[in-house]
Amino acid sequence: MALLELSGIEKRFGATAALSGVTLTIQPGEIRALVGENGAGKSTLVAILSGAFAPDAGRMRLAGEPYAPRDAADARRSGVACIHQELCLCPHLSVAENILLGIEPASGGWISRRRALARAAALLSEFGRGEIDPGRRVGSLALPDRQIVEICRALACDARLLLMDEPTSTLQRSNVDRLFRLMRQLRERGIAILYISHFLEEVREIAGTYTILRDGQSVDSGELASVGDGGLIAGMVGRQLQSTLARGTAPAAPGEPLLEVRDLASPPRLRSVSFELHRGEILGIAGLIGSGRTDLLRALFGLSPATGRLRWRGEDLPAAGLESSRQIRRGLGYLSEDRKAEGLALGLSIADNVTLSRFSTCARRGWIHLREQRKQTEDVLGLLRVRTPGVRSRVLRLSGGNQQKVALGRLLHQDPDLLLLDEPARGIDVGSKNDIYREIGRMAERGKAILMVSSYLPELLSLCHRIAVMSRGRLSPARPASEWTQDSILQAAIGS
Amino acid sequence: MNAAGRRWIVRLGPLLGLAGVVAFFAVLIGSPERYLSATNLRVILAQTVIVALGAIGMTVIMVSGGIDLSVGSSIALTGVVAAVALRGGSPPAAALALGIAAGGAVGAVNGLAITGLRIVPFIATLGMLGIARGAAKYLANQQTVNVPATWINELAVTVPARRWLLVAPGVWITAILAAAMSLVLTRTVFGRHVFALGSNEAAARACGIATGRLKIWIYAMAGLFFGLAGVLQMSRLRQGDPTVAAGAELDVIAAVVIGGGSLSGGEGSIGGAMIGALIMAVLRNGCQQMGWSSYVEEIIIGAIIVLAVAADRYRISRSAEPA
Repeated sequence: MALLELSGIEKRFGATAALSGVTLTIQPGEIRALVGENGAGKSTLVAILSGAFAPDAGRMRLAGEPYAPRDAADARRSGVACIHQELCLCPHLSVAENILLGIEPASGGWISRRRALARAAALLSEFGRGEIDPGRRVGSLALPDRQIVEICRALACDARLLLMDEPTSTLQRSNVDRLFRLMRQLRERGIAILYISHFLEEVREIAGTYTILRDGQSVDSGELASVGDGGLIAGMVGRQLQSTLARGTAPAAPGEPLLEVRDLASPPRLRSVSFELHRGEILGIAGLIGSGRTDLLRALFGLSPATGRLRWRGEDLPAAGLESSRQIRRGLGYLSEDRKAEGLALGLSIADNVTLSRFSTCARRGWIHLREQRKQTEDVLGLLRVRTPGVRSRVLRLSGGNQQKVALGRLLHQDPDLLLLDEPARGIDVGSKNDIYREIGRMAERGKAILMVSSYLPELLSLCHRIAVMSRGRLSPARPASEWTQDSILQAAIGS
Repeated sequence: MNAAGRRWIVRLGPLLGLAGVVAFFAVLIGSPERYLSATNLRVILAQTVIVALGAIGMTVIMVSGGIDLSVGSSIALTGVVAAVALRGGSPPAAALALGIAAGGAVGAVNGLAITGLRIVPFIATLGMLGIARGAAKYLANQQTVNVPATWINELAVTVPARRWLLVAPGVWITAILAAAMSLVLTRTVFGRHVFALGSNEAAARACGIATGRLKIWIYAMAGLFFGLAGVLQMSRLRQGDPTVAAGAELDVIAAVVIGGGSLSGGEGSIGGAMIGALIMAVLRNGCQQMGWSSYVEEIIIGAIIVLAVAADRYRISRSAEPA
């Protein structure tokens, strides 16, 4: 008997139909990938399954019984647990308290600490992570360990179905492997997993079956072994995409040197980095998360204290004492990997976000010229093909992919000579990725230099002219992208 | 130093601060035996009670990530309610219960406004600051309410009538309630849910905690403590005064913050808040003993609040392990 059966699920929010006919089944012990572009309705489906709201129409059955969770607690009691995209833990509470949150072992309201610690320790050691102290504050744990805590929490209520929404988007490869081992253990125990991811390679690695959502409908499902990536992508976008992930080629004529970096260091993570960057060039930085990649960009933009020497357009600059406001004036632009915290002012309008770094182009004596601001914003949005309700609407309301485009749009509007891009296309749908890749390529053609950090190797290999690999704070020599393979990059990153 | 050792220093910080302030005044006043005399300690403790009771309730609210600006007005209103009841011939126990219940009702209304009307706590309780103050003045007919002598007046005296108590009954009540609430916050499901709510509300909700209902309980329960503080305030003044305790919420918040509480929730302890309340009472008392003007006192307390929080941030940043 199927563990979960959905048929004809519909959900509307006001005038927009988020889901308009989803059919899906999962057997016990099955890992099913749920794929689709941003806005296809994946998150809505997860929210319905985890009890956040009820569907307007359709049938849900869990292990043969009608399934209609009233709230998250009810879904948990039924054995449906959700592991969220952004980790959903209480940093001030202990590991044990987080694992057992909402289902504390207690008598008369008093928590039995001994039983709580024992239960948490048992769950942790089941995953071979018995060394994590259940009494430790979650805020002091490293990211992958936090994910273990979150999974243990799902299992603590005897989950039969796990909903995993982009669990790997913030993980580096070794931790992805560890997560996948965990997921296989869960599968052995008969637990079903609905796995949402944008990384098709990972989907193929871990899942056996797939369901494609497009515009709120389940348009295709089947065995992953019997479908190619092209078929999956075609199903997601509804059209055959021309593969933009071709191999990168060197720029026609490498321009003059724009930036030379010598012995740049920014403790504790960034030890020693030297490289050269020419106009018209895209230099990719690969490496594990925490290897110093982000620190490199932040040091160059004056956001982290650093030492070393820079040569910018032929002018010597000490790396110590750089300030971001002056770096912007020198012609550097920075896109943070943390879109919500640093990349965007979520509460402001699209127009304000796009023009934020260079208000001067649409302001006279401190007064913002609204018509000019609108025109400039619309020009940028047109380049990136952002679909918006209007440039005055708040960025908050856009989908993730469109938010990322607006964040990049701010840099396009700023028009710097050097773009420092940290994970410019992470966690967004295929169509948006392609729009962003195209625009990055176009910037290089216009003689800009681009320094781009990414964990997604196919993206680096296809988009960049040269690639250098960061490993424990040191940067390898940059070599043409054609000389690298995914394997050789990984090897350089691990430092073996 | 290992993590556990650092955590102890973080915990002991407020206590060291208190010891420092006491030592400072003992030396400055020049006669430690007078400053540290039983009489003066009784005065300090009796002066601490009202802020301390408020800080118990406020700790629960602030750990949950909330704030309550209506404490001063609640104290005035509940004091007036108890005074009016006493004047009308109620037995003291009934008047006491009525005052406490009035505080609970004010808190429940705050909680309902925050959850039902989806107003942020700052604004909801800012509104209540005005409403409760106005209600107190209406009930008291814009005058102080004189009360007949009952045992309620004995609750907050400096020297208790029964000498074996050593300090006023109100001090004992506060100490017992503080110990009880400290246990509730650290050892009960309710208490840990309060921490979870303040630490990450989305996570709490995802784990099936009814966050709306929990908030109403938190504000209502804190209101009970503000109600008791109001009755003790009336007991000290021996009359219900609708204009009393204006701005007391700031003292109460300061006590919680000095004791390690965070305005962003998830952190704080009753013990720390009690020490915070004591630090401020010691400062007040010391300034008075030195004969300094009240403006000196205000400046010092203001500076202490800022320094305490800055020191706290520093300690936390030093003890933080990489995420």
